[in-house]
Amino acid sequence: MLEIKNLHASVEDKEILKGIDLKVNAGEVHAIMGPNGSGKSTLAEVIAGQEEFEVGEGNILLEGEDLEDLSPEERAHKGVFLSFQYPVEIPGVSVTNFMKTAINESRKAQGLEDMPANEMLKKIREKSEMLEIDRKFLSRSLNEGFSGGEKKRNEIFQMAMLEPKLAILDETDSGLDIDALRIVANGVNKLRSKDNAIIVITHYQRLLEYIVPDFVHVLYNGKIVKSGTKELALELEEKGYDWLKEEAAV
Amino acid sequence: MDLKEKLVSSFLAFEDGLDLDHPVHEERSNAIKNFETKGFPTKKDEAWKYTSLRGLQKVDFSIFPKQETTLEYKDVKKYFLHEIDTYKIVFVDGVYSSYLSETTHDGVDICLMSSAFSKPMFKQVIEVYFNKVASKDESLTSLNTAFSKEGAYIYIPKNKMPKKPIQILHLATGNEAALMLQPRNLIVAEDNAEVQIIERHQSLTGNEVFTNSVTEIFAGKDAIVDYYKVQNDEPTASLVDNTYISQKNSSVVRVHTFSLGGKLIRNNLNFYQNGERIDSTLKGVTILGDKQHVDHHTLVHHAQPNCESHQDYKGIFGDSSTGVFNGKIIVDKIAQKTDAFQQNNNILLSDRSTINSKPQLEIFADDVKCSHGCTIGQLDEEALFYLRSRGIPKKEAKALMMYAFANNVLESVRIPELKARINKIIAEKLGVRMGFDL
Repeated sequence: MLEIKNLHASVEDKEILKGIDLKVNAGEVHAIMGPNGSGKSTLAEVIAGQEEFEVGEGNILLEGEDLEDLSPEERAHKGVFLSFQYPVEIPGVSVTNFMKTAINESRKAQGLEDMPANEMLKKIREKSEMLEIDRKFLSRSLNEGFSGGEKKRNEIFQMAMLEPKLAILDETDSGLDIDALRIVANGVNKLRSKDNAIIVITHYQRLLEYIVPDFVHVLYNGKIVKSGTKELALELEEKGYDWLKEEAAV
Repeated sequence: MDLKEKLVSSFLAFEDGLDLDHPVHEERSNAIKNFETKGFPTKKDEAWKYTSLRGLQKVDFSIFPKQETTLEYKDVKKYFLHEIDTYKIVFVDGVYSSYLSETTHDGVDICLMSSAFSKPMFKQVIEVYFNKVASKDESLTSLNTAFSKEGAYIYIPKNKMPKKPIQILHLATGNEAALMLQPRNLIVAEDNAEVQIIERHQSLTGNEVFTNSVTEIFAGKDAIVDYYKVQNDEPTASLVDNTYISQKNSSVVRVHTFSLGGKLIRNNLNFYQNGERIDSTLKGVTILGDKQHVDHHTLVHHAQPNCESHQDYKGIFGDSSTGVFNGKIIVDKIAQKTDAFQQNNNILLSDRSTINSKPQLEIFADDVKCSHGCTIGQLDEEALFYLRSRGIPKKEAKALMMYAFANNVLESVRIPELKARINKIIAEKLGVRMGFDL
């Protein structure tokens, strides 16, 4: 599904990603953990095509295709989805209209007609029920005045609507109370399939109790310094990151 | 001959066809004297610092069109809000077109200033209201008053409401190489009356047009007036719109100005609150490109206690376009408990576009709530990335953001078909297909 080879990325001449290698197969869930400032969000945004970052060496391949020259929207059309750590407020655009536009633009890129209105409504109803989202919420301006939890839930709602091949969840657990976390995690789990892949970026092991990863990677100082299975997350929870920092320094 | 000289000297010819004993004529004579003394405003006048009329004064405008032109409805239909039934007062090159119009005297008077000036039945209304709120000092208003002869006359008696909205449409055919128009409108909504009006100026060719318009609006107690100005003209059409509004107790007047096209647009929008519990709303959407120029000068004069005013102007400026927003709020000493709100937000899309935004508050009362804010910025890159990451292409994402930016100004439009039309014009201007109405 996704193959990242020796990826370097910088912003204003400061190198943030210093050679990342990562392979994610269809049907897998990978967790990326690591201390603040290690480059987790940068990695997520670079995959999604944020142009603020200068990609130097390395490649990102989605189903074998190099994403380098593709715009964020083209990547989205190919099935990349990023759940933002800080979803942006867009006053004046309702959640529903935003979703309609996004879905129909993707369909247009694939040479398809607009999704019929009744089909769209049905889908919106299904997915909002799955995430226990109040119908009123859908006619509100996108993220405007949403609580932290509502924003994150709305991100996963968008994921459910867009059905991406590769979803990257950047700190989706931050700002969520335990009930909201459970709802969001259930939503994500329902979206897991043998045909898609999910990368979960998190600080804490907590989310991984609900979204159980196949692999866990530790990102530190722009590099993946350790990879393992879900037990690694528990070990990190227990021991913190310092021992890895020391290991990496050696 | 420069334009001022030409106007002053043609006043004698203009007088020829008029009833010189009519009380209005004294107003005209005084007005031409004021214009002759003051002339066109220049950049030395503080209120005209950023808007120059010099270029226009070099154009050889025809002041009285030579011939009458008839237009087919099908050719100008698109300039009407034709989706709904409305009364229509239509002028072609400044001359009333009965063929394109639909007026009425059924309980309300929706007709012409020329009739109102000449017919005895309107004499009293003219005496009470004509030129009573318009400035006698401002030179372009005086120029209009001097040549006031034709325009829309709308009189809504107490407790009445016309069956449908009213459209005032000024069409310029381009039969003259350059044409100057000076429509004069009078709108009176007596106590508890209600009216909705849409005004549009539209040139049909690339020939130069200069419109210097004056509209007086009087809202009686509890009256509700909604006035929509659609300014989406050709790049050779210039407009100075002088609108003066006088409000009595508990009246509501909302003026929406959509400045979406034209060469030079100057809006002088003046609200005078002469009563208590008055609500004045001023909203504007400006979207410009090329070398277009729009200047919004607003004034809200709070002269009595317990009144409100809401101003919300949004501007999007591309290419080398320029904008001005000057919002003046005066709160008299007696006008305690005034609630005055003013907001002006702008987006500059290019390095060459400019906006000059200036709030001007003169507050003499001590127990008031006055807030004002002004922002000038570019489109938020983070928001743009967010939309693009969901598959919305850059151009559409930008348009969506601009749309959203301007949207809250459209929320208060009370004619849904007009709202849809403005949405459509905005979408066309931004060059995108919008799959929905915001």
